[in-house]
Amino acid sequence: MTPSPATATSSYIAALEAFEKDGFNQDPGWTRALRKEAIARFSELGFPTARRGNEEWKYTDVGPIAQAPFRPPTAPGVAKLGASALKRFTFGERRWHRLVFVDGSFNQRLSFLSALPTGVKVLNLAEALKSRSTLVREHLAGHADYSNQAFTALNTAFVHDGAFVHVPDGAVVEEPIHILFLTTSREKDTVSHPRVLVVTGRHSKTTIIESYGGLTDARYLSNAVSEVVVGPGASVEHYRIQRHSEEAYHVGTTQAVLGRDGHFSSVTFDLGGALVRNNLNVLMGDEGSSCMLNGVYLVTRSQKIDNQVTIDHAKAHTTSRELYKGVLDGQSKAVFHGSIIVRRDAQKVDARQEDKNLLLSDQAEANIKPAFWIYADDVKCGHGAATGRLDESTLFYLRSRGLSEDDAQSLLVRGFVNEVIETISCDPLRAHIGDLVTATLQEL
Amino acid sequence: MTTANKEVNTIASQGYKYGFVTDIEADVAPRGLNEDTVRWISAKKSEPDFMLQWRLKAFRYWEKLLQGQETPSWANVHYPPIDYQNMIYYSAPKTKEKLESLDQVDPELLRTYEKLGIPLEEQKRLAGVAVDAIFDSVSIATTFREELAKHGIVFCPFSEALQEHPELVQKYLGSVVPYSDNFYAALNAAVFSDGSFCYIPKGVRCPLELTTYFRINTAETGQFERTLIIADEGSYVSYLEGCSAPMRDENQLHAAVVELITHDNAEIKYSTIQNWYPGNEEGKGGIYNFVTKRGKCQGKNSKISWTQVETGSAITWKYPSVILQGDNSVGEFYSVALTKGYQQADTGTKMTHIGKNTRSKIISKAISAGHGNNTYRGLVKVMPKADNARNFTQCDSLLIGDQCGAHTTPYVEVRNSTAQLEHEAFTSRVDEDMLFYCNQRGLSTEDAQSLIINGFCKEVFQKLPFEFAVEATRLLELNLEGAVG
Repeated sequence: MTPSPATATSSYIAALEAFEKDGFNQDPGWTRALRKEAIARFSELGFPTARRGNEEWKYTDVGPIAQAPFRPPTAPGVAKLGASALKRFTFGERRWHRLVFVDGSFNQRLSFLSALPTGVKVLNLAEALKSRSTLVREHLAGHADYSNQAFTALNTAFVHDGAFVHVPDGAVVEEPIHILFLTTSREKDTVSHPRVLVVTGRHSKTTIIESYGGLTDARYLSNAVSEVVVGPGASVEHYRIQRHSEEAYHVGTTQAVLGRDGHFSSVTFDLGGALVRNNLNVLMGDEGSSCMLNGVYLVTRSQKIDNQVTIDHAKAHTTSRELYKGVLDGQSKAVFHGSIIVRRDAQKVDARQEDKNLLLSDQAEANIKPAFWIYADDVKCGHGAATGRLDESTLFYLRSRGLSEDDAQSLLVRGFVNEVIETISCDPLRAHIGDLVTATLQEL
Repeated sequence: MTTANKEVNTIASQGYKYGFVTDIEADVAPRGLNEDTVRWISAKKSEPDFMLQWRLKAFRYWEKLLQGQETPSWANVHYPPIDYQNMIYYSAPKTKEKLESLDQVDPELLRTYEKLGIPLEEQKRLAGVAVDAIFDSVSIATTFREELAKHGIVFCPFSEALQEHPELVQKYLGSVVPYSDNFYAALNAAVFSDGSFCYIPKGVRCPLELTTYFRINTAETGQFERTLIIADEGSYVSYLEGCSAPMRDENQLHAAVVELITHDNAEIKYSTIQNWYPGNEEGKGGIYNFVTKRGKCQGKNSKISWTQVETGSAITWKYPSVILQGDNSVGEFYSVALTKGYQQADTGTKMTHIGKNTRSKIISKAISAGHGNNTYRGLVKVMPKADNARNFTQCDSLLIGDQCGAHTTPYVEVRNSTAQLEHEAFTSRVDEDMLFYCNQRGLSTEDAQSLIINGFCKEVFQKLPFEFAVEATRLLELNLEGAVG
C-alpha cells in the first residue's frame, strides 16, 4: 500500500511545526519564511514517483522513503560516541579541520579547528545565522533548487544547523576541512537534514571533505543538501565519502556554482546505505570555468545506488570532465544518469563523460543514461559508457601466477577503480580512500 | 558567426522538389474518427470479420488513451495538439474496377511516380527492384508479381493479403507491435487502410530488392499504412521504402506501423529513405511522421537490420527496434537523420536482448542545421537470461549553425553480468582542421564540407542497397547544398 502523497508529506509538516516550536524560532525571521515556503513546496511536490515520464526517477523508487514515518530523533545519542568510534570516520587525521554533526546537531566536543588563515570562517550554520547573517542570507537556499526538487525542499524546510565555510578573496586553506555527519540514534526511522554552505572568494583555494556515516543498526534517512559557491579564479576540491549503515536511506544533493575561471573538482565514494541517491549539479556560470567530477560506487547485497550528475554549460569556454566507475555485486542495482547541457551561445564548450560498470554477479543490474542537450555548434562533447565483467583471460593470467581466485578478482577490481582514486590530489586522503576501498572490496 | 548564419540561411532555404499535388479524383472517408469510420474503412476493403474486430478493439483502446490524455509526451519534439476529429482517415484514387495490371492504372498517377523518380514502367523492365506503390491510403501497383510468385514469395498490398492469405495475416498481425503498444500504433491499427505484405517462404532468397513507395496526396488526410514482413526459416529479403508528400501549409499526420518477423536462420534487411515534406522555411506545414517500427528475431541465428536515412518530415518520431529473442540472433540499426529549417527529429532504436549470444550494433549519425533539433533516443536492454549478449553503440552528431540543437539520450539497462556493452557518442561541428586540409589540397569549402559530411555518414550509406546509396548521397547533398559561406 502506497500512501497518497498527502499522507506521506503530512508527517513532515507536523514535525516542522514541532521543530519551529522547539526553540529554533530565535533564528532570523527570513529563515522562518524560507522554511515555510520550502515546506509548502514540498507538500505540493510530494515525494517523487517512478511513474512513466518522470525521467529523473525512472529507475529509483523512493516508495520505502515515502512510506516510513521518519521523524527527528527524540534523544540524540551524543554521549555514547567516543573517540575510537569516531576514528573510523576521521581516519585519525589530527591536522584536518573538523566539524562533526551527530544526528543533525553540531557537536562542539568532537569538532576541531586548527589555525585558519585570516578571514576564513569555519563554523556551524546555526551560529553563522547569527554572526554572518548577511552572507548566509545571500547564499543559503539561493543555489540548490527547492522549488522543483522535493528532497531539497524538505531539507530546506528544516534548515537550521549544518556547516558553514567562508573563504575570503585570495585565501588558501592548506588543510582539508572535514565535515562529518553521523547518525547514531538507536530509535527506528529517524531523519536528519544535513546542510552545508561553502562560499569561496576570488582566487582562493579550499579542500572540503564531506563524510556521511552511521553507527546504528536502526533504519534512518539522511537527506543532505550542500551548496558550493566557487569564486572567480578560485579552486574548490570537494570530496564526498558516503559510508552509511546497511539499513540507511540517503539522498544527497550538491549544487556547485562556478564563477569566471573557477575550478570545481568533485570525487565521490559511495560504499554504504540501502538506498542512496546523489544529485550533483554543477552550473558553469561564467566563462573559463572548469570542473572534474569523478565517482566510485561499490555496491553489494540489495543495495541501490543512483547517481544523477548534471552539468549545465551556461557560458562559453567552459570545460567539464566526468568519470564514474561502479562495481556491482549481489543483487545490487546501480543507476548512472549524467546530463550535459550546452546552452545557446555557449560556444567552445569541451565536455567529456564516461561511466563504466563492472558486474560481478548475475543478479546485479546496471542502468546507464548518459544524455546530451546541445544548443550551440562550436562544441566538443563526448560520452562513453561500458558495462561488462572481468576479463577471463586476465583472471586466468593472474591465476596462472599463483593468485587465488578471490585475490585475482580483488586485484583487478582495485585496478579498475584506481583510475578514479588516482584523481584525488589530497595525498593523505588518497591513501585513506585506497585502504578503505581495498577493505570494502575484500568484503564483496 | 556571420558565415555560420549564412550557412544556416542557405540550408534553410533549400527547396523541396517533391512538393507538387496530383489532381486526381479520390474516394474519401467522412471527416473525423469514430467507430463508424473504422467500420466504413473495413467494409470498403471487404475485410474478414477478425480484422474488423481487431480494429474495433484498437479503436476503443486508442479512444481510452485519448480521453485519458495519454498521448506520448516524452519525446523532445514540440507541436500543437492534433485535432483527430478534423482529419480524413481514408482517401483512395477513384478506380472503377480492381486493377489487373499496371496498364490500367490512372496515367496521372503513373506520371506522379515518374516525377518522384520511380518510373514503375521502367522498373518493370529493369530487373532488380519490385515496387509496391502506395498513394494516400491504397496500394496502386505492385510490379514483378509473377516473377516473385515463381519463388513462392507473396508481395502484395495489405488489403489483398487479407483476401488471399487471411491465415498468415491473422497469425502475424500485431504479434510484434500489438495495437496496445502505443498511442499511434493503436490509431494505426484502428484505421490503417493499406500497406505492404510480404512473406518469404522457407529457404528462399528473394531475388529482387522489394520496394514500397508511399505518397500522401490529398489535403488534410492522414496516412496510416501497415507493413508486415515475414521471413520464414532460412530465407532472406532486402526491403526498401521511400516516401514523399505535397507542400501544404497544414500539418499532415503519418502514423505507420511496420512489423518484421524472422524465423530460424532468416534475415530481413529493411531500408528507409524518408523524404516527407518537411514544412517551409518558417516551419509551417510538413508531415508529422509518428511511426512504430519493430522487428522480432524469433528464430535462432536470425538477423534484422534497419537502415534509415531521414531527411524529411516536420517532426520525426521513430524508433525502429529489434527484439532479439532467438539465440544467436543479430539486430542492427544504421541511421542518418538530418534536420534543417525547423525540423525536429526524435529517433533511435531499442535493442532488447532476450536470447543467448545475441548481438546488436547501433550506428546513428545525426546532422542538425538551421533551427533543426535532432535527438537520438535509444535503449539497449539485456534481460537476465541473455548470456553473452553484446552491444556496440555509436551515436554521433554534427552541428551546422548556432541555432540548431543536437541531443543524445541513450539508455542502457543490463541485468546479466556476462553482457558486454559499449556506448560512444560524440558531438561537434565540422572540424576546422579537416576543412583547412581539404582547402589546401584545392577543394572549395563547399566541396570539402560535403566530402566531410559524406564521410561522416558513410558507415550508414554503405549499408543501403547500391542504387539507393547513390540516391541517399544525392539527397543529402541536395539538402545541404550551399551550406557554406
